[in-house]
Amino acid sequence: MVELIGIIEGIVTLFLALGIFFMFTGAIGLLRFPDFYTRLHATGKCDTLGEVLIISGLLIYHLFVYSPGAELSVKLVPIKLLFLIAFIFLTNPTGTHALMKAGYTTGVKPWKLGEKRQ
Amino acid sequence: MIQIFLTIGVLIAVTILLALYRAALGPGVFNRTVAVNVIGTKTVVLLVLIGYYFERPLFFDLSLLYALLNFIGTLIFAKYLERGEIWSS
Repeated sequence: MVELIGIIEGIVTLFLALGIFFMFTGAIGLLRFPDFYTRLHATGKCDTLGEVLIISGLLIYHLFVYSPGAELSVKLVPIKLLFLIAFIFLTNPTGTHALMKAGYTTGVKPWKLGEKRQ
Repeated sequence: MIQIFLTIGVLIAVTILLALYRAALGPGVFNRTVAVNVIGTKTVVLLVLIGYYFERPLFFDLSLLYALLNFIGTLIFAKYLERGEIWSS
């Protein structure tokens, strides 16, 4: 049983490390890219994937560490985390698309090679 | 395992600071809106990690609520920026 807990902790640490890597990639893209559209490109994908990876790792940790032999309110927590994953997968690309459409219709100019960074 | 949760939470706070730079100094209202949206979605994950660090399941409900509120706020602000008004009569 102790070995199983060790393996689960290793898997969870791998998930968390991958997630924080993608979130750092998105944040650096938000800082470094030259204009509005490319910044949305960086954050819309990297943040969604990183957050879903982190919450998936925590869900695995909860299922194998807290859930066996617990009361009902603790056993229901993975369902909340599944709802959170579904919400993030639905809402984050939708918000990105709405912001991109608002910027395009109000006339934000895209960056071209050789121009100054916006 | 608690130490790993604490480390990941601090690293998420660092990424929130990086996004806060864009929210404070970014040119124009659109860049600032993107940065605020990113900060909101990172806060959802930070709340879940805080729930595991203090072992209090109350924080998961808070993070669900925050995810919905952040989405609605971003959507309404994008609509306002696009049309210049919220209620289209």
